[in-house]
This record gives sequence, C-alpha cells and structure tokens, in this order.
Amino acid sequence: MTPRHIRDFAAKALLWLSAGAVSALLLALAGYAGFRGAPELSWKFLTGQESILGGTAGILPSIVNTLVVIAVSLAVVLPVGVGAAVYLTEYARNHLFVEGVAFAAGVLSGVPSILYAMIGALVFCDKLGLQKTLLAGSLTLSVMTLPTVLRTTQESLKAAPRSYREGALGLGAGKWLMIRTLILPASVDGIVTGCILAAGRVVGETAVLMYTAGLSMVMQDFSSLQSALDASGATLSTALYVYAKERADFGAAFAVATVLLFLTAAINFLAAAVGRRARRV
Amino acid sequence: MSEQIILSARGLDFYYGPVQALRSIHLDIPAKKVTALIGPSGCGKSTFLRCLNRMNDLIPGARAEGSLTFHGEEIYQKGRDVAALRRRIGMVFQKPNLFPMSIYDNVAYGPRLHGIRSRSALDETVERSLRAAAIWEEVANRLKRPALGLSGGQQQRLCIARALAVEPEVLLMDEATSALDPISTGRIETLLGTLKDRYTIVLVTHNMRQAARVSSRTAFFLNGEVVERGPTERLFSMPRDRRTEAYLTGCLG
Repeated sequence: MTPRHIRDFAAKALLWLSAGAVSALLLALAGYAGFRGAPELSWKFLTGQESILGGTAGILPSIVNTLVVIAVSLAVVLPVGVGAAVYLTEYARNHLFVEGVAFAAGVLSGVPSILYAMIGALVFCDKLGLQKTLLAGSLTLSVMTLPTVLRTTQESLKAAPRSYREGALGLGAGKWLMIRTLILPASVDGIVTGCILAAGRVVGETAVLMYTAGLSMVMQDFSSLQSALDASGATLSTALYVYAKERADFGAAFAVATVLLFLTAAINFLAAAVGRRARRV
Repeated sequence: MSEQIILSARGLDFYYGPVQALRSIHLDIPAKKVTALIGPSGCGKSTFLRCLNRMNDLIPGARAEGSLTFHGEEIYQKGRDVAALRRRIGMVFQKPNLFPMSIYDNVAYGPRLHGIRSRSALDETVERSLRAAAIWEEVANRLKRPALGLSGGQQQRLCIARALAVEPEVLLMDEATSALDPISTGRIETLLGTLKDRYTIVLVTHNMRQAARVSSRTAFFLNGEVVERGPTERLFSMPRDRRTEAYLTGCLG
C-alpha cells in the first residue's frame, strides 16, 4: 500500500463513519418514537377527543387545529410573500431598498421563534384584540414564514430564463403581462416548494402557538365564521408539549410524536416530488 | 435610387454604464430591403440592432445619446411607448427562445397580447404566420404539441413565425442562424428572400457569405463605429476603406 492508498482509505473510512453515525442517530430517534408511540396509536385515539368525564383520550382536535393553522397561515403568507417577491425582483429600482429587505429577511429567518411568539402575543393577541386564538397563531406564523416564502420565490423568479423575458418583451408585451404569462408560471414549482417548507415550519412550531393560539384540546367549532374566529387550541406539537410536560403522559406524547413524524415525512415527500417536477421542466 | 428610409441614426452614441459601445453612428436603413450589419465580435453591431427596438433597456445603466428615428420619430424619446414600438419592430434572437407552450400558443402569444380573442381570427393568423415562415407543412398536424420538442432549425423558424404574427414592419435578426446547421441556415436564408418584399429586415451576422447572399445593403462596424456602408455588392467587391478590406479578406477580427 502506498501512502496515497492509505490516505484514500482513511478518508473513506472517516466519511463512512460520520455518515453511519448520522443515519444511526436519525433512525434511532425515529425508531424509538415509533416504537414507543405505535402501541398507543389506535383509530379511537386518532379520531376521538379527550374527555375527563368520559375517560377517553384522542387527538382529533389537535389534528384539525394543525390543518387549520397550516391553511390559514399559508393563505396569508402566499399572496403577501409572492407579491412582495415579484415587486422586489421585477419592479423595485432602489438597490439599497432591495438589498436591505433581503438582509432583513435573512436575519429574520434565523431569529429564534420565541421572539415571534412574543411579538405575536403583543401585536395580534393584545393590540389587535384577537386573544389567544388559532387566527392569532396563524397570523404570527405567517409573519414567521414570510422570509422563507419571500426568498424562495425571489430565487425562482430570478431563475426564470432570460429568453422568456426577451421573447415576450420583443413581441411588445407589457411587463406585468410577461410576468403573469411566463415568469410566474415558470416559477410556480419554486413557489410551491417555498410553501411546503413554510408548512413544515408551521407543523413543527411550538413556542409561537403556546403563546398565541392556546392549549385547549377540545374540539373547536368551525361551523360559523364567528366561532371559527374565536377557535383556540393546541396543534399537534403543542399537544405533544402538554402531554409530555404538563401531564407526564408519555405514551400519548409518543403517539403524537409518531403522528408528527408521519406528517413531516409526508410534507417532505411532497417537497421532493415538487422539486423533481421543477427540475424536469 | 428612390428608396424610402425607415430607420435612421444620426450621431448615435450608446453607453453601457461608463463604457461607450457606439460612437456617433450615422446609418440609414431602407424600407423593404435586407440590411446586413457585419463586423468582429464586440464591434457594436448587436448593440446597434438592440437600440432599434430598445431591447437594450433591459440592461441596467444602458443609455443612448444622439438621434435614432423610426419613421422620423425619435426611438429614445421620453414617454415613447416601447411596447408599441416593439410590436412594429419584431426581433429574432440568436438562440431560439420559444415559450414552454404548444406550437399554436407560441405563435398566438403576440396576437393575444394585442387583444385578438376570436378563435377563428387566431387560427387564421397562426396559419398565415406559419406559412410565411415556411414551417406550416412541418407542424400543421401537431399544433397542440409542445414547441420545445421541435428541432433547432424548426424552432428558429417558429420564432420567425411568432414574430411575424404581430405583423411588424421591421424584423431584426440577431445572428439568428449562428446556432443552426447549414441546412437549416439555408432554409432561413431562402425564407428571408421571400420576406424582404414585405418586411424591412436588419440582420446581424458573423457569416460574410450570408451577408453577401441575402442582403442588398451592408454596414461594416468596427470598435463601435460604422467604418463603411453601401450596397452589398459594391462593399464586398470594392471596399473603400482599408479596414473593411482587411476584415473581408480575413485579416481582421
């Protein structure tokens, strides 16, 4: 063996070891949660709700709340984020302004979420009088995910082929028409990927929702607009916190963790599938 | 010679930021003729071409000084409707730049842009444009198929069809055959022969033979200036400037 062979071998062994350690750790984590959670999972647990009098446990309210929070926060962050991205990339002329917003967005996407929790509690719950509701939580989360959606959209707008722009403008298209008919359609996959990343952060967020959306685990009433606006309660990740920290019911906590794992995996698969489609085009 | 001048540059200077790309250009483009712009890379011929439909506006820091007119009206006039100008002065680019849509929708993009909605009117425009660009026979039975599935030469003729569909007066061609094989190039040159009766064509090319074959007027650019211009036959057979001769005989550029 020459020294070159030894170096090659050592490098390969090191890389293999670190890759192995990472996969083992991840598999062990997911496996342990699944191992502890799976026995607790049942149809009744997934579709029921908690009742102290009835002595039942169930997380349907939290599942519904999670989906509601995802939907509402995306419905807010999508138009605002995409609109701002289009303005900043296509229209804004002031370089300092564009750079400033990009810098701020970069900083904000790295800020600990507890800061958003505090601001959400102060602004949405208190100043705007929304109280601790799913609406206040969703709005806070849309503020938190705005930098992500803004940035992924800006990047995909910039990646739209220059030839589309030249082709459309060369035919006498106005700017907005060019954006609407060619640039936005070409960016749609990037925008969707940004939304899925945002949804992933929403699913995983706990601190913000504890402060802004409440911890109730009772089924909320979404049948009328008024009651839906007043709805308040725990999503899956806040429910996990409640089970583990306040009730020391680790069986239920692991069951919720398993559901969360599946949900996160589903969101990631979705993101990967959309990304593949984007690359194919 | 009684020819109508449609585009006219008088002392046109052009800058990319601090870099001057065109110096005091004086050049007339006659209507319904093919005018070739030749010269080595970086000589300003493409810059001049892109001034004519203000495609240079896309580049930050680009600005023009002096006079450049289309039908006697300043192209760089403040408040000029650039979209309307580009509708009358169409462009075909170096690489085919079709949109990710069907063949039909590519050609119909321009007419729809300008407000044509009626199905029959669109059908008619699409067919007429495809025929004019000599590609109708090849695509008539697959108009709904993706345009990007065509060969490079077909794509470029489709780009010409797309440009013709908005019924421009002028067609600018920026090295439109440089990415194509000789057979496709030949097809497009033949096509230019049929188009020049109805359109004013300005052609940037690196291919001297192409300029000689298809154009009736030629302008030779060097270092941002027009060194020599005149009827193609005269300019190629009896260049008056030493530098033109050097370029044509391959000693320059």
